[in-house]
Amino acid sequence: MQYEKILSDYLKNQSEENLYIGQNYIRQLIQKNITPEEVINIHKQAVEQLHGTLPKYVEHAYDFLIEVMVYYGLKVKEHQSLLMKQEELRIEMDIATKIQNLMLKTNIPKLNQIDVGMVSVPVRKMNGDYVYFLQDDGHHVSVAVTDVVGKGVPAALCMSMVKYGLDTLEFANNNPSYVLEVLNRIIEKSVDDSMFVSLFYGRFDVENNIFTYGSAGHEPALYYNAKENKFYDLESKGLLLGILPEVKYRQSEIHLNDGDFIIMLTDGVTEFRKLEELDSRQLIREIAMKCKHLNAQQMCDELYKQLLSYQNYQLEDDFTVVILKK
Amino acid sequence: MSEKSIVEIVTEWDIVTARQQGRNEAKAIGFTTVDQARIATAISELAKNIYLYASEGDIIIERLKEKNRIGIAITAIDKGPGIANLQSVLEDSFSNSGSSSVGIPAVKRLMDKLDIESEVGKGTKVRIEKWLKR
Repeated sequence: MQYEKILSDYLKNQSEENLYIGQNYIRQLIQKNITPEEVINIHKQAVEQLHGTLPKYVEHAYDFLIEVMVYYGLKVKEHQSLLMKQEELRIEMDIATKIQNLMLKTNIPKLNQIDVGMVSVPVRKMNGDYVYFLQDDGHHVSVAVTDVVGKGVPAALCMSMVKYGLDTLEFANNNPSYVLEVLNRIIEKSVDDSMFVSLFYGRFDVENNIFTYGSAGHEPALYYNAKENKFYDLESKGLLLGILPEVKYRQSEIHLNDGDFIIMLTDGVTEFRKLEELDSRQLIREIAMKCKHLNAQQMCDELYKQLLSYQNYQLEDDFTVVILKK
Repeated sequence: MSEKSIVEIVTEWDIVTARQQGRNEAKAIGFTTVDQARIATAISELAKNIYLYASEGDIIIERLKEKNRIGIAITAIDKGPGIANLQSVLEDSFSNSGSSSVGIPAVKRLMDKLDIESEVGKGTKVRIEKWLKR
């Protein structure tokens, strides 16, 4: 038989070629699911054929080896079986991710009264940032920018909860204080204790040009006042969503005039771990100043391009920026 | 009428006795060295499970005869705690992979057929078969 021939050649020549052929042959056996103990038996029989009757102790030594190798064979099979299972799970995860992305899809509002732009780039497969737009009753456009602390399936489920919470608030009185209060309760109740969400919520009154906003532990937005040619931080102290069951959130408002714009972002935009000395918010102000003549989407794209180059074209965290421009 | 032998499993040494009986029977039937090793390992696992979880039970070894084949059947039977989740016991899992026994899926791989019945509080019965063409 083939194994015997290959072994015999090696015993004669002990060449590298014989070893190579031997290994290739074993591969075939592995493909046919021949177990390790079986291989040893094949080897034993081949040796017997080539040598003649083996001394008793050699025969017994082989039998012993065959016996103990049974467990190795079982381990290998178990390993293969577990690998297959893992692959099945990975495929399911991919499908889940696709469905997730479809469900969370959001359209950038197109209005005459205000220009909206957005860039949201995940650092891995699933985006931990989420942007939600709502154009309601013709008088308002709302935007929520959220960052889920945590990764993977739990973070994705958390995001779904934020989305559905916002969806159900669509026809209700949705000023920022109320929205944040409701979302906080939903997340606190149903999500893991280790999961937190930061959220910045803004509502723009299209007719009166008033932007009302509130924040739950989120990165402050930047507001540029064209008349004064000055930047302000839109801060609103509020606890991250999901920590305490009853939390009240403050809201503030500003009036937007022509040329004003607001930049909402997540901490993936401002936190550069490798460049700690860099004042990223100042950098963002500078870039925004230079490109404020562009439309909102172009400004977002420009910010992304330039900040990405500062990070050597490698994002450290999910990058999200939304611009509202009058 | 099939020939049967019964080994009671009470001490760890009884596991060895069961293996021996099984191997002798397998050899008599005509199984190869490798198959004898597999049968002995399967008996070892089932006997070990009885010893570890039920503290006592029986291993029944019998010869099987059919028109064009002969074989061996081993039944492991105990009045132990029983298995609550049979489904999970029949699957490979990461949690099982480190424990002292290889698990039911492994025993299944060593033999041709495996059947298991169990009831919580009453006991467990596992029957395995291996066949040889005449």
